[in-house]
Amino acid sequence: MKKVLIANRGEIASRVIRTCKRLGIETVAVYSEADAEMPFVKEADAAFLIGPPPIQQSYLQGEKIIELALREAVDAIHPGYGILSENSEFVKRVEAAGITFIGPDAETIQKMGDKIIARQTMQQASVPVVPGTDEGIVSLEEAQKIAREIGYPVMLKASAGGGGVGMIRCESEQALSQQFESVKNRAKMYFGSDAVFLEKFITNARHIEVQIFGDAHGNIVHLFERNCSVQRRNQKVIEEAPSPNLSKEAKNKLYAAAVNAAQAVNYKNAGTVEFIVDENEHVYFLEMNTRLQVEHPITEEVTGFDLVEWQLEVAKGNELPVKNQADIHLQGHAIEFRLYAEDPKTFMPSPGGIQAFNFVDEADVRVDYGYRENNKVTPFYDPLIAKIIVHANTREEAIEKSKKYLASFEIEGLKTNHSLFAEILNEDAFVKGNYTTAIIENWLKKLEGAK
Amino acid sequence: MTQLKSTMAGSVFKINVNVGDQVESGQVVLILESMKMEIPVEAEASGEVAEINANEGDFVNEGDVLVTLK
Repeated sequence: MKKVLIANRGEIASRVIRTCKRLGIETVAVYSEADAEMPFVKEADAAFLIGPPPIQQSYLQGEKIIELALREAVDAIHPGYGILSENSEFVKRVEAAGITFIGPDAETIQKMGDKIIARQTMQQASVPVVPGTDEGIVSLEEAQKIAREIGYPVMLKASAGGGGVGMIRCESEQALSQQFESVKNRAKMYFGSDAVFLEKFITNARHIEVQIFGDAHGNIVHLFERNCSVQRRNQKVIEEAPSPNLSKEAKNKLYAAAVNAAQAVNYKNAGTVEFIVDENEHVYFLEMNTRLQVEHPITEEVTGFDLVEWQLEVAKGNELPVKNQADIHLQGHAIEFRLYAEDPKTFMPSPGGIQAFNFVDEADVRVDYGYRENNKVTPFYDPLIAKIIVHANTREEAIEKSKKYLASFEIEGLKTNHSLFAEILNEDAFVKGNYTTAIIENWLKKLEGAK
Repeated sequence: MTQLKSTMAGSVFKINVNVGDQVESGQVVLILESMKMEIPVEAEASGEVAEINANEGDFVNEGDVLVTLK
């Protein structure tokens, strides 16, 4: 593998380019008219304009990207996360063109991308799933009947959804009736399928996921867990590895379930198995993400491995760099903060120009950025500006170090959620480590109450 | 005449009203999409839709007029 095209943008494109450079692999970037000035375009050995700003006309132009890859004679395509990374049709077309897709095979992506089929596959492999429906729900009457059986609150979800999009929590039959058609319509519009299903909404839950890795030789390992319970709008803001306040038994249960899940689909390359963990440490499968996650750096920090390098090795057909589970060790604690261009309290997106962006280099702090000073964060793509990843020997040290580092971190010119980080780091539930996915909601309620 | 203006740059995802419709203050008149998020735009006052100044799929900038009420 001598030349790789990165079919993505922003921080993840820069991240992949970094490892390729270290390994002496040539890189090709693609970019839209809105992204010409971004760091990843300059960092790649070659960069090609593929279209106007809207994602459908640029980064989602699979055929155009494959044509370019052939013309540039690249050996492989790295899809990053989002965009085309979980599009099984794209994977098939890449492979039909004789190019290596850096990720699992099309069949696995398709299976896990359909949340209903993913649930069925996991149940067959004896992986516990959240109580809910095993078939798509067609009518509101059927939804009401099932919801009565599993009990409110319930989550109404699009089968083809993901990333926190296409799901809504319903507290009552009335709410379910109001939301049913709109979730179906939205699912159709966003994901091309109006299949929906119901899951029990687990209260006081934590969102904990396990990084897994497989190769073409049948080896599968896990790289421990990440606690991603600090969320707004069902999307992650702060993640940490390992998870605080989780018993050894629960951790082992999670690892075993994740490896089982991966074996059930003969998993190759990087994947993440997401679970809901309730207050009694019951573990339920939520979904499997068949790609590198946004929050993969915290796993890199606590294991010492470069996951993009692992992805390239597996894509080449080689064995996992470390295939014995016993040789994979945890080293300290890591926390990631996602810096978004958004209002720190309403979480409304807030595109704009970055006038100042200053941070210092520090040992054990890593800043994976997609933008620099004078770049514009445009409304066309997701609001992630950068990720700040802090590593230390213990969780307490990681929190203290994060507070200090974030206080010296400057970004100006647009609204960001920077101020939220210190707030959450000082929240009692976060300090104790027993926080749930309601932590931000609870913090906001407290602010309202204090007025 | 009241003009309902866009509070941020984005594209028009869905228009919920037609010319001639009566809308109430607080009613979601259209939905914008920005940074992969849906942003509902509510009428600031009650009135009749006199003109719809954008089409679904259009890209609008902050301050652009979306709907005119009378």
